[in-house]
This record gives sequence, C-alpha cells and structure tokens, in this order.
Amino acid sequence: MNSRTFAAFVGPSVFMMLLFIAFPLISVFTQSFYVTQPVYETVEVETCTPGFLSQTCEIQRKSIPKLDEDGSVIQETRFVGLDSYRNVLEPERAWKAISSLDWGAFQAIDFWKALRFTLTFTLFTLPLVLGLGLTIALVLNNTAKMLRGPVIFVTLLPFIITPVIGALSINWLFRGDGILTALIENLLNRDIALFAQAWTLEILMMGYRVWHVAPFAAIVFYAGLQTVNSDALESALIDGASRWQRLRYVVIPHLMPLIVFVSMIHLMDSYRVFEEVVGFSSQGHVISLQWLTYDFLVPDQAGNRSISRASASAMLTMIGISLLLVPLLRRTWRDHKGGH
Amino acid sequence: MPTRALTQPLPLKLTSTGFLLVWCVIAAFPIFWIAVMSFKSPVDAFAGNPFQVIFGPATLAQGKGISVLDIVLGLAVIWATARVATRTLPRLIASHAPAGYAWAGWIIGSLTLAVGFVVVFFGLLPAVLNALSPIFGPLGRDVIGLSTEHYKTVWIDRGFSNNFQNSLIVTAGVVTVSLTVGTLAGYGLARSGSNLAFGILIVALIFRALPHSVLVAGYLPVFINSAEWLRPILGENAPTLYGKPWAVIAVLVAINQPFTIWMLRSFFQNIPAELDEAARVDGCSHFQAFRRVIMPVMWPGVITTGLFSFLLGYNDFLVTSLLLDAQNQTMVPAIAGMFNRETTTTDQVVAVAAAVSITAPLFFLVMVFQRQIVSGLTAGAVKG
Repeated sequence: MNSRTFAAFVGPSVFMMLLFIAFPLISVFTQSFYVTQPVYETVEVETCTPGFLSQTCEIQRKSIPKLDEDGSVIQETRFVGLDSYRNVLEPERAWKAISSLDWGAFQAIDFWKALRFTLTFTLFTLPLVLGLGLTIALVLNNTAKMLRGPVIFVTLLPFIITPVIGALSINWLFRGDGILTALIENLLNRDIALFAQAWTLEILMMGYRVWHVAPFAAIVFYAGLQTVNSDALESALIDGASRWQRLRYVVIPHLMPLIVFVSMIHLMDSYRVFEEVVGFSSQGHVISLQWLTYDFLVPDQAGNRSISRASASAMLTMIGISLLLVPLLRRTWRDHKGGH
Repeated sequence: MPTRALTQPLPLKLTSTGFLLVWCVIAAFPIFWIAVMSFKSPVDAFAGNPFQVIFGPATLAQGKGISVLDIVLGLAVIWATARVATRTLPRLIASHAPAGYAWAGWIIGSLTLAVGFVVVFFGLLPAVLNALSPIFGPLGRDVIGLSTEHYKTVWIDRGFSNNFQNSLIVTAGVVTVSLTVGTLAGYGLARSGSNLAFGILIVALIFRALPHSVLVAGYLPVFINSAEWLRPILGENAPTLYGKPWAVIAVLVAINQPFTIWMLRSFFQNIPAELDEAARVDGCSHFQAFRRVIMPVMWPGVITTGLFSFLLGYNDFLVTSLLLDAQNQTMVPAIAGMFNRETTTTDQVVAVAAAVSITAPLFFLVMVFQRQIVSGLTAGAVKG
C-alpha cells in the first residue's frame, strides 16, 4: 500500500482525532494560563432616602461590569501565568496542613481530596476486579456447557448498563431505608446511615465499580482459558501437581498477558472515575479528579464557568495519566520491535 | 487425558456451583430490583420488607394490580412473540426476501413484529382480560400490586420521549459516522506495516486514556463562542456549536475513534491479505478491493464495533450533559437532572421508571447480540 492510498484511508480518522482531541488539548493547555473575566469599573452611587427635614444621602462605591455600546458585558482575557494552578492546588494551605501534620485540613482542599480518592479507588478496585473476574472465569469454565450461555448473559448485564444508571440502581437499594440498608440494620441490630460519611460512600462506590467491571475481566479471562495448552496441564498432572499448583504454575502464567491487559484498561478507566460521584450524589463527601474538572465547567449560580481553573485541573489530571501510560507504551513499543 | 484424575471432588463442585449462583444473583439483582420498584406505588417501592416491594399491597389497595389470569396470558403473548421472532421470522425472510436483500427483510419483519406486539399486548390484551376476568372468579382477582402510572408520568408528563429522540439521533449519528471513518482507517492501518501506521496507533492509545472532562474543557469556550469565531469564514449565519446534537456527534465520534480503529484493525488483521491481493490482481483498485471483497466478509467485526460505539453514544453522561442545552438533552443527563431535583418519594419512583426505560433497550441488545459483544471484548485482548 503506497503512502497516498494509506493517507486516503486513514485521513478522515486522523483528521477527526486532530481536530477534536489534539486541538482541544492544546487549547486547554493555553487556557490554563489565561483568565477571561468581565471588566469591572468602580462607580460612585449616591443613594438618598427620604428623611425628616432633609434627605439622608450616602455615597457608595460599587464595582459593576463595564458594558459596551450594545449593552453586553465586555470580557477581557489576560495572562495570569500559574495563578489558575495555584487556585486549584492551593500550595500554601496544603503546605501549612502538611507541616502541621493535619490530615483533615489537607483533605479540606478539593484537589487533594479528589486526588486521594481517585488513587485509593484505583488501587483498591484493581485487585478486586482481577480476583473476582478470574474466579468467575474459572468457575464458568468448570460448569456444564449448557449453563454457560445463560450465565454469560447475566454476567454481561452489569457491564452493559449505563454507568450512571448502574450507580443509581445500587444507590436505590441502599438509599434511606432501602431494602439492603434494612437488611444490614437487621443483622447489626443498629441504625446505619450509609450516605452520611465518606468511608461508607467510598465502599459503595468501589463495590459498584467492581460489579460493573468484573464481567469484562471475567469474559476476557474465560476466552483465555479456552486456549490453555492441555498437554501442559496433563504433564503437570503426571508430575503430581495438585489442583492449586496447576492453577498457580500453568494456568495463571498462560493468562498473564491478559491479566496485564485488563489491569492497564482498568487503571486507565478507574483513574477517570466520575459517574459514581454523580450516581451516588456523593459530591458533599467524596469527589474525584474528573468530577473536579466537571464541576468547574458547570455554570455556577451566576452562570459563569471557571474555564481556566477547569483547564488547570484538567492538565494536572493529565500528569497522572501520563505517569500511568509510560510502562504500557514501553511494553507496546517493545512488542512492536519484537514483532518485526 | 486421564479424565478420572481431572474429575472434581464433590465439595469443590458444590462450592463452584454455589459461587456461580451467588454471582448471578449479585449481577442481576440491582437491575431486577429497580424493574420491580418502577411498577409499585412509592410506599411499596421504598418499603424495608422485600416481600412488600414484590407483592405491593399498597399498590393493590389503590386498585392497581394484576391477576393470575393476567400474568398467564401476558406471558403467553410474550412467549409467542419470542417464538415468532426466533423461528417463524427467519423462515419467512429466507423464503420471501429476494437474494441480497435479507437485511431489508429483517428490518421490515422486526418492525412489523414490534408493532404487532405493541397492538396485541397493550391494545387487545387488556380488552380481552377485562371481559374474561369476571368469568374466572378467583383466578381473575388481582393478587400482585402493579401500576404503570410512573411510566406514563415519565414519558408523557415529563417529556422523556423528547429526550429519547435526542438519544436516538446522537446514538445513530455516532454509530454511522464512527463506523464509516473507522473501517477505512482500520483497514489502512491493518494493511500497512509502516512506522507511521504504528505511530498513529500509539497516539490513539494515548488519546484513549484521556479523561473526557479534559477534552470538554477544551471544547466549551470554543463551542460557546463559535458563532463569533466562524463569522469571518461562514458569514452571518455561522452556527453556535454549543447545544447542537451534530456537534456532540462529532465530538463523541472523535473520542471513540481510538478504540474503534484498534478494534477494527484487529478484525481486519484476521482477514488474510491474500484476499485483497487476489482482487488487486483481477484489476481492482485498493478502494474497490476494500468495498467489494473485504467488507462483505467483515460484517461480524463491523457489527461488533458498532455495538460498542452504540454503547458509548448511548451511555455517555459527561459530554452530553455539558455540551447540549436543555432542549436537546439526551436521556442519561435528563435522568440525572430528575434525580437531583427529586423531593418526594413519588419523584424518586418516577426517576426509577426512567432508569428502567433507559436500561430496557440495553437488555434486549445483550439478548440479541451476546455473541458479538463477547467476541468484541476478547478481540482486543487475545491479540494483545
């Protein structure tokens, strides 16, 4: 295939990715150094109230947005350097909290709170997803062929469901005196409020994510199990390997590339955790990095979107993703070189 | 293989069956439960006692319920429909549709079946049941509380059908455009071993990892001010991109592109290159070979990739909620709005009904395309 035909085939796709992914990235990067604000001017306003004998008058200085001749607010964009980053990171406050070893004060800053949750979420769900996925795959591989179809169908349901709706559906089981809350209360014999503090919410959110992603891991591992070399298993058996040893030394090494693959996908996706915050309405207690950017982008009560702060927090989120990607890219590059 | 040594001891068998059973319950329970809740009055739906939720005494007390007869006849109609869809319909299409137009036969057939089902189930069945119920005595008496009022509230009073249309537009657009652009690119990338092709794939992989909010932060100011910026090029009627479904379609297609080209590339690589070489020898250009020889054998891969594009467009919350205005809102952001506003338990059950309405199409999707979804999940993985 010569380069012209190649360009004709790949062109539209590359063009779309450049226009809608690469270009926004650059614009986010520049936006994070600029702030666009209405221009304010200070005017003196004299307000008089009728009084006895004479009016009582007072002069107030007010700052109001400047209007142009059409009556619309004049906007001004100016370079602020790293100010937006400083607004997001709040380094002085964070440093003060760290130096006085005050974890609570440190976690009162939105960015650090979001970072802490995002990392905890990613690291805790990963082993659970891998473990549950592998167990389901192994068990599925053991059952009668007739049952496998229906079981796969049921397994796919949590994976396919709209993430916000999935989170909401779990939320409704627990909300107020939902049946599962009632069940736990019966077992523990005391009142519990799952939505009133951060850690219970976090457990619910992680539980939802494991429920949502484990099917994906299970299906991938199940497909991998179909290709396990039966000769290797047989020789392990002849050598007297127990069931556990066969799993540990034959099956798991065979699945290793898939385990790496699922881990990478899961790390990427759970670092972007967002729908859980919406579905569990947890923003009062628990927020994630992507939700922080989203929150800056949503208009506030005055209708303003803090674009520059959103850009700064977006750029900071990107740093984490790049750290995560380096090992993956190195591996892919090595495979590519090895393949030729 | 020595089968005896591989047979499992009974306790292991029991544990594994038990585990599978527990997992199936966990996987299906939340979805099943919101479906049950959506048909009950608020008092029943949020009751602490599971049996009260299932049987709905409060709903029944309001005079809304179904009898054993209703259940039996309803199930019979559903079963008959499923039977027609899986047995009769394929036979009819095979015998009546002209060769090469089987897909048209399928579209017409499924539409007719869907309309027929709606007419029989919602039109004919209630009338027949009304006439039959008194005759059957105790079997005709309501036993389980069930009401569809929340669905009526959602779809008619709250204008959810409008959101449904918007979802349909966005999803259909995303699937069509992303498959058209993606198959071309996937084919080009699969057939070219150059470093440039590999570079594009690597950059696509990086793009796949980007949080969507990062990209939206880039779009928003441009989209809101686009009318001013585009005026020098397009003149007076330059559009404001903010709030336009087609702008969101373009954005979602681009976001989905990295995944689409990776997946389609791996499907194209499975098709031997000799096939298009043979076509080229017979005098086809690259594009003709792609269209006449490769595409006909690529349908399974395209359908699978299309399913995942569909899921992305249909399930998206972040992009659609930030880039669409209230008038063009799709279903998922709309329900989140409903959920934030809810004050009474009735509002909550209405939101549950909306959630079930969103999930139902996905349920049927898995039912019909289970095999394709599984193959799509494993396609990217097995080949690394």
